[in-house]
Amino acid sequence: MPDIDTTTNQILDLASTHFKVPREQLSPDDDFFKKLGIDSLQALSLLTRIEGHFHIELPDYELQGVTDFRTLAERIQSRL
Amino acid sequence: MKSFRGKTLSWALSSGTIELVLDRAPCNEIGSETLPELEQFVTALPELQEDAPALIISSARKQGFCAGADLRELYERSQGLDVSDKRASVRNFIERIHRVMNALDSAPLTTIAAVHGVVFGGGFELALTCDLIIADKMARFCFPELRLGLIPGFGGIPRLKRDLGNAVVRDLLLTGRSINAAKAQSVGLVSQVTAEGDALRVARATAAQLGKFDRHTALEAKKFIKPVPFDELREEIDIFCELIARPAVESGLRKFVESKDALPYLP
Repeated sequence: MPDIDTTTNQILDLASTHFKVPREQLSPDDDFFKKLGIDSLQALSLLTRIEGHFHIELPDYELQGVTDFRTLAERIQSRL
Repeated sequence: MKSFRGKTLSWALSSGTIELVLDRAPCNEIGSETLPELEQFVTALPELQEDAPALIISSARKQGFCAGADLRELYERSQGLDVSDKRASVRNFIERIHRVMNALDSAPLTTIAAVHGVVFGGGFELALTCDLIIADKMARFCFPELRLGLIPGFGGIPRLKRDLGNAVVRDLLLTGRSINAAKAQSVGLVSQVTAEGDALRVARATAAQLGKFDRHTALEAKKFIKPVPFDELREEIDIFCELIARPAVESGLRKFVESKDALPYLP
């Protein structure tokens, strides 16, 4: 299983590509809603991308209150 | 009418396939504008299907196939009505949308939903009327109604029960969680998953294949393997109309309407 830093970096890479935001502008503790300027619908599309990349299922209700990449990575780690 | 362009959708007959395209901002919410045009479509269908063995339903909206019922309109229209008037108003709408869904479900041609992005609530229910669902890999399916204190009202539960195992049905309904296209395919909901932006092309290729078969045989097969669950659909209408006037629903809908988010009930 990859460590939390590896998972976090992979999420940052996915978010950067998916939302066409320069990778260097994204950090693990960023609020992704604010930083990416996305709403829940766009966050859901990122979730779909993440599920495909990590080959996991992550019920959206597990993301209740999750707004930063690092915590998102922790949720993903629990499914790997 | 071989083709039509309305405010919320259009249809056209081309190369032996009828294509119904939903196109109402933001994501094809079904309300008082879309319903009459869907009714027009099912009225036109008997003539259209004489020349076509297949129907494809898709969306022109970038966000997805359909986000379901127009909940903002539902909430706003119910303001100021007493409980019995609210139930009567909703029942009228629900009875009409069920007639549309039942006509699509039992249409004597092969129907394909080509879906992408959001396939939620009533949009999911519309897809479930189709014989085949072909999904873009970024499609996401969800019945969020329980988050609003409701059950799906456009025929979703009986059709989901018809098509899937009961454990999957309970998971989708009782958790209200969304699932991706790969999961939807693994449980038997989706027949094919495509690359991004490719669902309609694959649906057209599938429709072309269907056109090679004897139509009468295809229709007999469809009648045999896809019965319309009329009794349960009727029961669903009654339960939905009973629930709609509850304070919990009013509260859930108000929260939805007051939110500026695209999908306020998520996650």
